[in-house]
Amino acid sequence: MTKKKIGTVWLGGCSGCHMSLLDIDERILDVARLADIVKCPIVDGKEFPKVDIALVEGSVTSDEHLHEILHIRKQAKLLVALGDCAVMTNVTGMRNYLQLNEVFDTAYVNAISNDQSGTVPNHPALLRLHDKVFPLQEVVNVDYVIPGCPPSADAIFYVLFEFLNDRVPDLNEVKKLKYG
Amino acid sequence: MVNEDRRQILISPVTRIEGHAKITIRLDDHGEVDEALFHVNEFRGFEKFCEGRLYTEMPIITPRICGICPVSHSIASVKACEMIQGIQPAYAGNILRRLIHIGQNISSHALSFFHLSSPDFLLGYDSDPVNRNILGLAEKFPDIALKGIRLRKFGQEISQRITGKKIHISGIAPGGMAFPLLEENRLALLNWIPEAKETVQLGLSIIKKFHEENAEMVNSFAVSPTLYLGTVGPQGEHELYDGKLRFIDENGNILQDQLDPKRYLEFIAERSVSWSYLKYPYYKPLGYEKGFYRVGPLARLNVASKMKTPLAQLEFENFKNIAGGRPIHGTFYYHYARLIEALSSVEEAEILLNDPEITSDHIQTHGKWNYTEGIGCSEAPRGTLFHHYITDESGKLLKVNLLIATGQNNPGMNKSITEVAKQYVNGNDIKEGMLNRVESTIRCYDPCLSCSTHAIGAMPLQVEVMNANGQIIQRIERG
Ligand code: SF4
Repeated sequence: MTKKKIGTVWLGGCSGCHMSLLDIDERILDVARLADIVKCPIVDGKEFPKVDIALVEGSVTSDEHLHEILHIRKQAKLLVALGDCAVMTNVTGMRNYLQLNEVFDTAYVNAISNDQSGTVPNHPALLRLHDKVFPLQEVVNVDYVIPGCPPSADAIFYVLFEFLNDRVPDLNEVKKLKYG
Repeated sequence: MVNEDRRQILISPVTRIEGHAKITIRLDDHGEVDEALFHVNEFRGFEKFCEGRLYTEMPIITPRICGICPVSHSIASVKACEMIQGIQPAYAGNILRRLIHIGQNISSHALSFFHLSSPDFLLGYDSDPVNRNILGLAEKFPDIALKGIRLRKFGQEISQRITGKKIHISGIAPGGMAFPLLEENRLALLNWIPEAKETVQLGLSIIKKFHEENAEMVNSFAVSPTLYLGTVGPQGEHELYDGKLRFIDENGNILQDQLDPKRYLEFIAERSVSWSYLKYPYYKPLGYEKGFYRVGPLARLNVASKMKTPLAQLEFENFKNIAGGRPIHGTFYYHYARLIEALSSVEEAEILLNDPEITSDHIQTHGKWNYTEGIGCSEAPRGTLFHHYITDESGKLLKVNLLIATGQNNPGMNKSITEVAKQYVNGNDIKEGMLNRVESTIRCYDPCLSCSTHAIGAMPLQVEVMNANGQIIQRIERG
């Protein structure tokens, strides 16, 4: 059996979902026996390669995220939304009720600790934020979701392990879902 | 803004750091490095969208700024809440919080050292990038990789054993803690201490060996004299959870001591810049440029007069000897400082776990809204963290100000990157190993970029060299 390929990425999130992935601890070596982790924020790597499973943390908040998730969709056989930000925007989406420029001004103009000599960030190398934050499934087809903020390491490991063994995981069945 | 008539190298993004960043290296007409711009990408806007919410929600919302140091946010937040209520936490609840906070420091430092940085030391900076990570490490040095993984696990396990969750825990509440520590869990954690100590010592031996074998590089690597800020106890001892602030200058003179964090606005200001979503804070009395300071493990050890625990104190004395008692400016020493802190954290965890009150049920005092303003501070793994809330008379937030650890290292990071780029990057000869060195400069700071801009992301590494007309004359991709 050829080894499967896994890629993971974080978009607009807090990295907590990836930390929860790391919380599978020693079991990461079991995953590594069944699959190559070809792309991950803790691994050096080039552009998101073709993978069997893509785990995506975070919401789509900007031009770069949009570009990236569309690319990942083409590259991944199976796209998994990892965590509440990816599934339904969660905390990242709390700015959706506000105008982006108000949100910017609060941080870059009116913060109590700011001096008055600054510039609102506008460099071409910076990504451009969208007015609204989107969950993944509003932009691409998502094949599987793991809810939670973050999902527990057990839930993540279970889903990965099932997919790597060509089975379809059922989170309800194994009672791995928890609120919060 | 970018000066169009200069050549530029763009490194995008930086991998194996916890965050999302790009670097533009600007070359002058002779192809020599002029300066580097560190772009921190992404922004989530917590200060704005928290307005209008109840202040008591903040210890639950703000950990979501960062999945690596969520506990530090909860702690800073809960202290701000306690100031709003005008209450003190219960003793047992407070030491439980301290224990959880230390646990996070252990896991975060383990992640930084074993998962993210040690592959450079053990496999080599110029080794194949495909394997230069924790899994590559597990193939070549399975024992070390496994120990590193388990040290991080120990830190996470402390939260798990007290609150039933490892990341974004609940239970840290104004007045103390909502859940006690059960005796069986106390014992389980206590049993883990010897292993954790041994692993930190292993890390220390790795870094010290690397120092010996690469003395020249280590001592010349991004030496950036700046001011330093850190929290200290009443005797100037190293402190992570609760204490007063100390600023020192680049020669080690104390600029401010025993400063109440509630006065942070008198001493710290920040400036927004065009090229980054991360602001540039500075020590206000000296102004922008002259007042750049650094925070985090290196800064905390530079400002501290001593450590609180015996084994860490021994290492601390070695550390202080490196620069003859003066502050160490070499950015590479962040790693060493981090491990000394990990050691003191494991020792302190042991002390706390042996405190007879640690399993007490009297873990929370109760208050209600009393004042309109609250300021809380804690030492996150990456440095000093401030939460500042202003509420209306019903406890709804009118204003939120967050000063994040990595943000305060931003000017220092930019300075260090420029220095390393000058040393290692030559416009006509860009090798992958060199780029990795620029990146590893950033990695020394262990920046948590999600935290500092309240956001995150990561992409491929790309280097572009542009000529005066903006045409790409050279492009290098990693891999
Ligand atoms: S779902 Fe929660 S843990 Fe995951 S990225 Fe979002 S805020 Fe962080």
